[in-house]
Amino acid sequence: MNLPTVSDSINRMVEEQNPLSEQAIRLEDVSVRYRVPSERIGTFKEYTIRFLKRQIQMRTFWALNNVSLDIRRGEVFGVVGKNGAGKSTLLKGVARVLRPTKGRVVVKGRVAPLLELGAGFHPELTGKENIFLNGALLGFSHRETLDKYDQIVDFSELGEFINAPIRTYSTGMYARLGFSVATASEPDILIVDEILGVGDETFRKKCQARIEAFRQRGAAILLVSHDMPTVHSMCQRAAWLDHGVLKIIGEPDKVIQAYRERGI
Amino acid sequence: MQTIPIYDSAKKVPHALQELQEAVSHKHLIFQLVRRDILTRYKRSFLGVAWTMLNPLGIMLVLSFVFSNFFGSTTRAYPAYILTGLMAWNFFAQSTTAAMSSLVWGGGLLQRIYIPRASFGISAIGSGLINLLLAFVPLVLVMAVVGAPIRITVLFLPVSLLLLACFTLGLGLAISTMAIYFPDVAEMYQIILMAWMYLTPIIYPEANLPAKYQLILHLNPLYYLVKLWRLPLYNGVWPTWGDIWPAALIAIGMLLVGWFFFTSKSDEFAYRV
Repeated sequence: MNLPTVSDSINRMVEEQNPLSEQAIRLEDVSVRYRVPSERIGTFKEYTIRFLKRQIQMRTFWALNNVSLDIRRGEVFGVVGKNGAGKSTLLKGVARVLRPTKGRVVVKGRVAPLLELGAGFHPELTGKENIFLNGALLGFSHRETLDKYDQIVDFSELGEFINAPIRTYSTGMYARLGFSVATASEPDILIVDEILGVGDETFRKKCQARIEAFRQRGAAILLVSHDMPTVHSMCQRAAWLDHGVLKIIGEPDKVIQAYRERGI
Repeated sequence: MQTIPIYDSAKKVPHALQELQEAVSHKHLIFQLVRRDILTRYKRSFLGVAWTMLNPLGIMLVLSFVFSNFFGSTTRAYPAYILTGLMAWNFFAQSTTAAMSSLVWGGGLLQRIYIPRASFGISAIGSGLINLLLAFVPLVLVMAVVGAPIRITVLFLPVSLLLLACFTLGLGLAISTMAIYFPDVAEMYQIILMAWMYLTPIIYPEANLPAKYQLILHLNPLYYLVKLWRLPLYNGVWPTWGDIWPAALIAIGMLLVGWFFFTSKSDEFAYRV
């Protein structure tokens, strides 16, 4: 029997670099293990003493346990689950922040995470200065940010406030600016972590419309949310993570139903 | 057609090399981080960036007032001696501290978005360089006033600065890595810095040190780098090969050690911060 293995076919996919290939994100038996000292050891002295005595007791836990999934271009993929179920770890793996302990993550295309409030913004800088800083964090060149600048300001509806330090902004204004910058680049893969919960109803609609437009142009969107109506209305497929294990994957309605019946 | 970047977590590329490539391709980000540091540092103060120049000037005034009784008579243009030493020292001390704290406090960012982890350290050095260059404005004035004008040998200074920057980056990366595992390092480092400053001829001249301490001096890597900095700037002489090679060896060695240590651990940072 000489059947091609899964990793062979991935290799082929990677080598061909075919832009029309359907897959955007592929997780293959991904496991992430955190090792936490059972007690906190914060000093060299303590660490050295315990290391010599071989007394460092590590508690290990698997934030992700053999998770395999494919996310295709042109779909919004929702991930639901309780706090601590491994959702954020999953996003970190995709955003190439965290290299998995075991397994393999393959991501095709430019990834833009929506940065949470605070991360990537400096309160003392103006909205305008922060756009350039945030753009650079997302990997734009100066030219690219400059080209998108008007569109970003326009979409954020900040108007004159763009020249004020953002410590004076409201939470909603922060969120609008963050969303506008992250989505300005038309990323191939957009990572959305809960951020749509902020902002007023009108802006939320506008964000959803933009995400939908991305999807139709062939982007993949990975969305984590506690808000079931959002998952229901926006996602084509969804998955339920529980204690790092993928419980069910499929149509959003089925996943939500399973999560409601057994998860909560 | 734009090529689509592909990330494959299973592909093992030598970390040290990969980090270097990534840092080069993120040079615009590093520029923006430096810009952020400079812009925000004095944003709320009235005199703004002028503090970058006033700060060493003020410290120099205090130190030369306090110590001129001890060293003033034996040292030519003592205020210029202090100020040149302080510039090098401040650059080293502030940049390494900034490299460490920006990585430890910037951890939130490292958790959410991929950026080369060395960006923080490199941009800390960049900000330090800008501050150092600004400090030249008061230096030129002070040197003219105390009668130790800048000479043509100042043309050698870029080499001294490059070597000092290499050493600073290497050490900054090494201690940031340690600070991620042991947060106490950040506090400890401030004490070490203080001791280190007194072990380096910054405010006292080398000749004033008793003979029994000369060995310690020669074991101190910063001694060679500060000397290479002062020779063309303060003494107004061209450094000899004997001055250059130990400094170059130390600087490049530290950079390599720091870079390899940092990059060998940097994949684990997201698990730790």
